[in-house]
Amino acid sequence: MAKSQSASLERKKLLADPILCTTIVLLVVFLTVFILYPLAILLVDSFVSDNGITTDIFKRVMGLSNFRRAITNTLKVGFLVGIISTLIGLLFAYVEVYVKLRTRFIEGLFKLVSMLPVVSPPFVLSLSMIMLFGKAGIITRFLLKIYDNSVYGFWGIAIVQTLTFFPVCYMMLKGLLKNIDPSLEEAARDMGASRLKVFMTVTFPLILPGLGNAFLVTFIESIADFANPMIIGGSYDTLATTIYLQITGAYDKQGAAAMAVVLLGITLLMFMVQKYYLEAKSTATLSGKASRERMLITDKSVTVPLTIACSALAIFVIVMYICVPFGALFKTWGYDFHLTTKWFEQVFVRYKGLKTFKDSFVLSLISAPITALLSMIISYLVVKRKFKAKGFIEAVSMLAMAVPGTVLGIGYIRGFAGGIFGTGILQSLYGTGAILVIVFVVRSLPTGTRSGISALRQIDKSIEESAYDMGADSFRVFMTVTLPLIKDSFLSGFITSFVRSITAISAIILLVTPSYLLITVQINEFAEKGSYGIACAFATILIMITYGSVLIMNLLMKYFGTSKKVKFDE
Amino acid sequence: MAKEKKGVRLEHISKIYKDPKSGKDFYAVQDTNLEIEPGSFVTLLGPSGCGKTTTLRMIAGFESPDEGEIYLGGEPINALTPNKRDTAMVFQSYALLPHYNIFDNVAYGLKLRKMDPEVIKSKVADILALVGLEGMENRMTNQLSGGQQQRVALARALVIEPGVLLFDEPLSNLDAKLRVSMRTEIRRIQQEAGITAVYVTHDQSEAMAISDKVIIMNKGIVEQVATPHEAYYYPKNEFVADFIGEANFIEATVVAQDMVQVDGVNLKCTTGTLSTGSCCDIVLRPEGAFLADEGDLSGLVEYSCFMGAYQDYHVRVGHNLVKIQEYNPKNKKIYNVGDKVFLNFEENTLYAL
Repeated sequence: MAKSQSASLERKKLLADPILCTTIVLLVVFLTVFILYPLAILLVDSFVSDNGITTDIFKRVMGLSNFRRAITNTLKVGFLVGIISTLIGLLFAYVEVYVKLRTRFIEGLFKLVSMLPVVSPPFVLSLSMIMLFGKAGIITRFLLKIYDNSVYGFWGIAIVQTLTFFPVCYMMLKGLLKNIDPSLEEAARDMGASRLKVFMTVTFPLILPGLGNAFLVTFIESIADFANPMIIGGSYDTLATTIYLQITGAYDKQGAAAMAVVLLGITLLMFMVQKYYLEAKSTATLSGKASRERMLITDKSVTVPLTIACSALAIFVIVMYICVPFGALFKTWGYDFHLTTKWFEQVFVRYKGLKTFKDSFVLSLISAPITALLSMIISYLVVKRKFKAKGFIEAVSMLAMAVPGTVLGIGYIRGFAGGIFGTGILQSLYGTGAILVIVFVVRSLPTGTRSGISALRQIDKSIEESAYDMGADSFRVFMTVTLPLIKDSFLSGFITSFVRSITAISAIILLVTPSYLLITVQINEFAEKGSYGIACAFATILIMITYGSVLIMNLLMKYFGTSKKVKFDE
Repeated sequence: MAKEKKGVRLEHISKIYKDPKSGKDFYAVQDTNLEIEPGSFVTLLGPSGCGKTTTLRMIAGFESPDEGEIYLGGEPINALTPNKRDTAMVFQSYALLPHYNIFDNVAYGLKLRKMDPEVIKSKVADILALVGLEGMENRMTNQLSGGQQQRVALARALVIEPGVLLFDEPLSNLDAKLRVSMRTEIRRIQQEAGITAVYVTHDQSEAMAISDKVIIMNKGIVEQVATPHEAYYYPKNEFVADFIGEANFIEATVVAQDMVQVDGVNLKCTTGTLSTGSCCDIVLRPEGAFLADEGDLSGLVEYSCFMGAYQDYHVRVGHNLVKIQEYNPKNKKIYNVGDKVFLNFEENTLYAL
């Protein structure tokens, strides 16, 4: 049996659609040049020296004791953060889905906790951790009278990362738990199992792959995290910071490349397991939709302790966030609690605050629509069209999710500083705002694409086919049918990408030149120097921008979202 | 109404799919030849997985055949994309554009053809009148019932005056009563519009009610192309006989032209080209025989049940179990389980395979 004819016909049909063809070609080029090529160049860098292919560079790097230590450090933090975040996430998800929350206040707390990681810059918690528990920390110094508490190092990173990442686990597991058909658990209860027994024998096994999934996602986030270890790690170096120091401190570009390859190897492996093994498994066991509303647990002996535990944790997280604006308003944190505006004045008068915010804002605002549109196009092609390069486009845009920012940054330095393959092509890009925009786009593309794909999968294939059938070409189908139907996803992609870009640091810090001032880089710099007042002032304004954007998004969704006008029949 | 009625011709069409479980290739449609006359209403009928929808989607252009060529109005269309083909499809899920109102849905294809807005307005009004939805232009699609949504889908396909109208199980999401009235409606509109129609369904009564010709498919192969009448009374093989209506198969031997023998009893039966002396199965429709105290074939009642419109019997004849439905049982003698009876055959009802 030969399928050659249909293949050639599909090709002909594709060629008959020039806009579609051009889009595909441009996409493939973009993904190759800005995702695959920088990673490939790292491999080349770390395996090829003047004497041909060699493993010398790896041997040399592995010989560095600080690098070996960084690997174990990173893995240790990653495992701990992964496990604890998953457990806390599970607790929150369970309480939200199974337990009757009595007050609006607690519901609000839950909502806030789920939103915070979206709107906050990744390293805000490190700042507040230092301000609460550090040497001059309010809690340690003033409440507990401990004057030499050190938050820097392993526990600092672990706590801050856990608090930063557990909301992601919470959201993932909430979705899973909601999909469990309550009648499964009711059947077990009916046969005489206690609540604990039901959880251990029914609920837990069902969500086990999902727990693994949450663990791995957090694990990857943790080991790729750059900003928190940078600020609160102290001398406890992780892979991301070691790589950064290798290139900025030791100017060892080849060594940094080899280190980046090691980090990339770990995240890629985890990503593969997560994506191709656990994700499939977790949806396979829980494909069914809940048939009825769940009877919520009202038993006080269960609800009270669980609610208190969650609320306490939620309030703690929120206090940590609130700490930041206060840090910017006190004269000298930990010593002089007079209110002052001097830090904000300094930000704008001495440290070019206005330019900083303008640069960050403009670059992110440019990259947001590009990312949103690009991810919608990719999702459309992946979900609705058949063509050869489809697998490539899907794989590479998802691959970007597994690439730590630091690795991408090194890849860009090595790949574009001398032009492509050192030929000078695209060299002019290096050091410009354009390359920053591209990095922003690449970094946010996977999340946007993911949400686009899941939104499009909800839409009956025949809706687009009907438009196509009535004479619209791919471009028209996309503009008149697909895009209007996934408006929500587009909007949220736009804002998410904006927020991610304006709060990004890991890749950017390696690529930014003095002609561009970025908020996150400034925060990092001042926090490193110990100027927490200024760092907090920057961070406060940043949080205001991001929180404002999310509010605007919610407003837009409310008034222009598809959900208001149209109800989808599945 | 259509500019030009177009015929469809499939020449040696095959489509190969990969079985997702075993990873092996198999023919979803195999070496299919079809000739669909301009202006006729043709149904692709068969159980799920028989290749009927794949065939339809190949005509629409959503799938590409692995072998063979498809002609529309005499032109080969294999390499044309769906938007370039002179076909319009009515989908099972209606596939209305949920962000448009009825007018914009129906006008979508006309706007793509860059027609004058005034012309579009009047065409949409006309077509909505034809499908019985006058004045509903400004409703949103989710304000309509399932039947109304399907009418919009039909209007949207009709209004662009395609050479061929394609239906992909358009009624299967509707409830039983509405299904019956909608199929009459579809037939009326097709005849009024004078358009060629290819209709996919797994419901044999729908196919019988609506079509000029039925194409019965099974496992990717066309079993028979016939009028509903021919397919019912002269099925080509057991599959067709069994799929269209209910059928009993009784083992027999041909003893002469139009004469077969069952259990030593000679019966009149259409034997066609079967040669004398050969073994055959005779096809008996349940309503083709009645029970009496004497008659052609003796048997034993094993099951008897009152169904309202008819009395349902299973009668053991030799080693064959024969299902009989006797209509209007009120005025007839009812036999019970264990009764000895004789089967009597209506004139011209037996057909040998």
